[in-house]
Amino acid sequence: MVNTDKKIGWDRAEMAQKVALDIPDGSYVNLGIGIPEMVAGFVPEGREVIYQTENGLLGMGKIPDKGKEDRELVNAGKKCITTVPGASYFHHADSFTMIRGGHIDICVLGAMQVSKEGDLANWSTGAKNAIPAVGGAMDLVAGVKRIFVITQHVTKHGEPKIIEKCTFPLTGKQVVERIYTNLAILDVKSEGLFVRELAPNVDLSYLQTQTGTKLNQYKKKQL
Amino acid sequence: MINKIVNSSAEAVKEIQDGATVMIGGFGEAGSPIELIHALIDQGAKNLTVVSNNTGSGHVGLAALIANRQVKKMICSFPRTANSTVFPELYSAGEIELELVPQGTLAERIRAGGAGIPAFYTPASVNTPLAEGKESRIFMDSEYVLEYGIKADFSLVKCETADRYGNLLYHATARNFGPIMCTAAKVTIVQARSIVDAGQIDPEIVITPGIYVKKVVEINNPATESKLVADEMRYPW
Repeated sequence: MVNTDKKIGWDRAEMAQKVALDIPDGSYVNLGIGIPEMVAGFVPEGREVIYQTENGLLGMGKIPDKGKEDRELVNAGKKCITTVPGASYFHHADSFTMIRGGHIDICVLGAMQVSKEGDLANWSTGAKNAIPAVGGAMDLVAGVKRIFVITQHVTKHGEPKIIEKCTFPLTGKQVVERIYTNLAILDVKSEGLFVRELAPNVDLSYLQTQTGTKLNQYKKKQL
Repeated sequence: MINKIVNSSAEAVKEIQDGATVMIGGFGEAGSPIELIHALIDQGAKNLTVVSNNTGSGHVGLAALIANRQVKKMICSFPRTANSTVFPELYSAGEIELELVPQGTLAERIRAGGAGIPAFYTPASVNTPLAEGKESRIFMDSEYVLEYGIKADFSLVKCETADRYGNLLYHATARNFGPIMCTAAKVTIVQARSIVDAGQIDPEIVITPGIYVKKVVEINNPATESKLVADEMRYPW
């Protein structure tokens, strides 16, 4: 009998943990809505990371205990949060001065599609009946020093999200540096996409079947 | 004597005229001046252009203003949020206009409007559909898009503490668009959770200096939008 229990890939928490491992001590980080929010829960011991939320807080803390929520203390996803010691509040123009002005070190965003050149589409399918909503994504990719994407490797329907060229409207062109999926971690290089790490029980040929563009292997010494 | 305090929300919003451009503070419900918006619904001004990050939720506050067909155009960054149905339905039916603006560009357009800067270049939205038809220019080998400052006839803002001069303090992330919207309108109308005596606010910690504010009304127990939405309340009640 085939062992169907063998787990393929990483779950969402493990993906978030992988991102957290790559965030250096002392970084100022903006986390997008959804899976990116989970990254804050996995900062390795001994590192201090300050989270910015673009609605006006530097020093975002954990989710508050039940009954302690303040509806006017929220993150970019409009969920209730807390502050850490040393936090500060500011208005929106100041917030985007931090973002657009290149003061934030890393931004972790979700994606609908990422191209081999690091183009990102994450705000609209471009469908005629869709209500377009962009939020701060375009400002973030334009101004933050390093853009990490965290996403499932394929869509719910099994279509590749990592592809030659985005078919959805772009959020930004050539902006993504690294992609964390449930199957692998990929680096975006000028020569194309390189596999940085494979998830458990995923091999390169399977990963390639799940990807809409050619994947390259690092030589050992490059990693 | 300078005294910007007015006695009611109705009095605060009475001069908003048909066709006005109105900035409304808030990021979702945080900082949304719900009592002033409800007063504007009672007052009935129509064909408004509203500048606000979102489009409200449920059938209260900004969503109720839109449902009451007082808004012809929204300028915002994120028009669909949890529990927002009013705007999406009207937009899908072609009955309300939308100018979609990246959030940071929206903030900077408001800041510029208030600061006497007619236009500026930004890197946000370059190579995207939101830059189509806009002027662009290369600075230091990178492309930037020309965006225009926004001025409003009125701003409606919620704050925590105010005095009769219009000096304001905010609460937590309810600050969001408040300070910049105060600067960008001919008439800024503020609802404050409390109004304190002049001199009670330490000048070192004033967030919005009173010069930007025309009217302040005390609403010491403002409604919680998400609670009204959960209770399926609709305005007018």
